[in-house]
Amino acid sequence: MVGLHEYLILSGVLFVIGAVGVLTRSNGLILFMSLELMLNAVNLTFVALARYTGQLEGHVFVFLVTAVAAAEAAIGLAIFVSLFRLHRSINVDQMNAMGD
Amino acid sequence: MERALFYLFGGLAVLGSLWMITRRNPLSSALSLVVVFISLAGLYAMLDAHLLFVVQLWVYAGAVMVLVLFVIMLLNLREESAHPIGLGRFLVGAVVVAVAAWKAFAVLSGARAEAPAVSKEFGSVAAVAEILFTRYVVQFQIIGVLLLAVVVAVVVLAKRSEPDEASEGGDGRPA
Repeated sequence: MVGLHEYLILSGVLFVIGAVGVLTRSNGLILFMSLELMLNAVNLTFVALARYTGQLEGHVFVFLVTAVAAAEAAIGLAIFVSLFRLHRSINVDQMNAMGD
Repeated sequence: MERALFYLFGGLAVLGSLWMITRRNPLSSALSLVVVFISLAGLYAMLDAHLLFVVQLWVYAGAVMVLVLFVIMLLNLREESAHPIGLGRFLVGAVVVAVAAWKAFAVLSGARAEAPAVSKEFGSVAAVAEILFTRYVVQFQIIGVLLLAVVVAVVVLAKRSEPDEASEGGDGRPA
């Protein structure tokens, strides 16, 4: 039987990889995908803890997080499309102006 | 058997995510993220989260990734030019990651627990729906409102086509 700590460590590793992606990449889409990875790492924690405590609340929250992530994906990608129309690039390092 | 599956799915998830953040071509990144999502779905199945297993495959590996791939191809992104991050930035990142990993490992490896026996219903659609529609019905409704707002917002964002319109501050109305 796999222990709870193994799931938690795996999810911590995935979360840190996602955080490194957010901090080091400049392509907006890869930034977005790293954020999704971090959300998924947290989801894994919820599911593992739900199983090891025998309570279903964790599943409910993962369900809600998934819905929010899907909403975030739709909005985020629409923003990227708009940004690309404006700047011909989605390199976030070049986006330092809020006005134009 | 279960341990072998855990290491298979866990290893695939870690390798896939490492591959994702190191590829320069966004398409390779997106496809390796699909691998990560599918391995996480496998882990959910091992944890008796049957509903979430399906949701993960449908929503993440399906809908979200199709959207990402669609945008990548729509924007026709070329490979990012290599830009080595500066030494200072690298050192700061390495220190932060090392400290976080060390603390997290110390805390998490103490969380040893045996999985209690659960009924066959655990994680099924009926069981999750029962709690979702009773105790968490308010949150469920809020998610519905959020999704409605997102639908409207995406239409507004995607409809505007004039490049200089965004500089006006925008009153939220499409052109």
